[in-house]
Amino acid sequence: ERSNLAGVRHILLVLSGKGGVGKSTISTELALSLRHSGKKVGILDVDLCGPSIPRMFQLQDNDVHQCDSGWVPVFVDQDKSISLMSIGFLLEKPDDAVVWRGPKKNALIKQFVADVAWGDLDFLIVDTPPGTSDEHISTVEALRPYKPLGAILVTTPQAVSVGDVRRELTFCKKTGLQVLGIVENMSGFVCPHCSECTNIFSKGGGEELAKHAGVPFLGCVPLDPQLSQSLEEGRDFIREFPKSSAFPALARIAQQILDGASQRSS
Amino acid sequence: QVALLDIDICGPSIPKMMGLEGEQVHQSGSGWSPVYVEENLGVMSVGFLLSSPDDAVIWRGPKKNGLIKQFLRDVDWGEIDYLIVDTPPGTSDEHLSVVQYLSATHIDGAVIITTPQEVSLQDVRKEINFCHKVKLPIIGVVENMSGFICPKCKNESQIFPPTTGGAEKMCQNLNVSLLGKVPLDPQIGKSCDKGQSFLSEAPESPATLSYRSIIQRIQEYCDQRHFQEEKII
Repeated sequence: ERSNLAGVRHILLVLSGKGGVGKSTISTELALSLRHSGKKVGILDVDLCGPSIPRMFQLQDNDVHQCDSGWVPVFVDQDKSISLMSIGFLLEKPDDAVVWRGPKKNALIKQFVADVAWGDLDFLIVDTPPGTSDEHISTVEALRPYKPLGAILVTTPQAVSVGDVRRELTFCKKTGLQVLGIVENMSGFVCPHCSECTNIFSKGGGEELAKHAGVPFLGCVPLDPQLSQSLEEGRDFIREFPKSSAFPALARIAQQILDGASQRSS
Repeated sequence: QVALLDIDICGPSIPKMMGLEGEQVHQSGSGWSPVYVEENLGVMSVGFLLSSPDDAVIWRGPKKNGLIKQFLRDVDWGEIDYLIVDTPPGTSDEHLSVVQYLSATHIDGAVIITTPQEVSLQDVRKEINFCHKVKLPIIGVVENMSGFICPKCKNESQIFPPTTGGAEKMCQNLNVSLLGKVPLDPQIGKSCDKGQSFLSEAPESPATLSYRSIIQRIQEYCDQRHFQEEKII
C-alpha cells in the first residue's frame, strides 16, 4: 500500500527554540512564495496547543473530511495549490484548549504524519511549536523514513531568542536533521511615517548564530505591519505587497529553499 | 522577598535576563539553593543545570514533570512573599504539572500575556480556557508589544495590529481583567539581553510606567485575596 507521503517530493520543518518569533508566519509566507513559483505545497501544523495555520488562511471554521486513504487536507483555494492540516480543523469550538500530556500529543502527530492524503506535493512544510520536546521528537521520528530535506530555524535578533535557538540547533544535530539555514525575523522596523529604521528587537543575532554554528544564513525579515495585517486577514501578502520591505527577504528565503531542493534532487 | 521559578525546560530564558548566565546551583542540607540576583530575589531554572549554552533539553513530558516536581519540592526558598512561575507557551505537561503539584498549597492566580493581534489572542483564549478547566483563578491579562512610538518622528505604529479589538475586546468578551498594555521599547530587549533591570535602566520610559502600574494591580489583587483568606480564618 502506497504511503500518504509517497507523492511528497520534499519535506521541510520550521523550528525555533523560542515562542513568538514568527514560525507560523514564515511557514505561511514560504508556502505562498513557493506557490508563486508554481509549486504545490502542503502545510502540516503540529502545534497542538496553539495551532495558528488555519487562521492565517482564514480557514479556521473549516472541517476535515475522510477519504479511503485517510484525512483529506483542507485546500486554500480552487487551484488546490496549497493544502493544510492542523488540529485547528478538528476542534469543535475555536477557543477549546487542547490540554493533553505528551503521549496523547504523540499519538495525534503519528496520525498526522501517516494519515493525511496529501497526494502529490512539491513541498510539505511542517510548522512546529517552540521547544525540543514531545512534538519535535515524535515528528522527527515519524518523518525519518521519508528523509526530510531539513529544517529552517527562525529567531528574532536579540540574544534571549538566539539563546534558545542555539539549543534547537543541537536538537537538529542530535536527531540527524539537516539545518537548511537560519532566518532572523522581526529584524528592524521601518517607520511608515518617516522611514527611520529602529531595531526594536536588536539586530544581527541570527546572522551571528549562523556564522558561529556554521549553517547558512537565509536572511533578515524586517517587521512590517502590512505583513501582520495580511496574516490577520488571510490575504496573500506576496501577491498584494510586492513593494513591501519584507517581500525581497521572503522571496530570497524561498529561492534558497528551491535551490537547495533542486540540488538534492540532482 | 521574591522567588522566580522558570519552568520553561526547553527554552530557559530567565538566567540570561537576570544577568545570571553561567551560574550553578549549589546543594546544601536543606536542598537546592536558588541563585540570588539580590538578597531578596532568588531564581531557579534548568538553565543553571546545563553546562553549555548549546545544550538542548530533549525530554518528553514525564521527565520534564519530574524536574518541575524537584524544583517545587527541593529548592530551599526560605520565607518568601511572592513565588512567580514563568511558563513556556502552551497548555500541556508543564502547565498541568505545576498546577497539580501546587494544588496542596494555594495559587493566587495567573497573569496571562498576549500581543494585540488575533493570531496571539486565539491562543490566549485557549489559555484562559485552560485556567477555567483547572480552576486556576485569573488575575488578569497583559497586552504586550502594544504599539510603537518612532523615536524620530514620534508617530505611533501598530506593528502587531489589533484587528479584532486586541486584548481589550477579548477581556470584555471573556470577563477577565485587562491589567494593562505595555508598548514596544527597544531598550527592553537590550536590557534583557544584557541581564539588566529595564525598570532601572529606563525609569522614564512609557513601558516602565505600564509595567509598574500592572505590577501594582497584581499586588493589590494578591493583598485583597490574602485579606479575604485571613477573614475566613
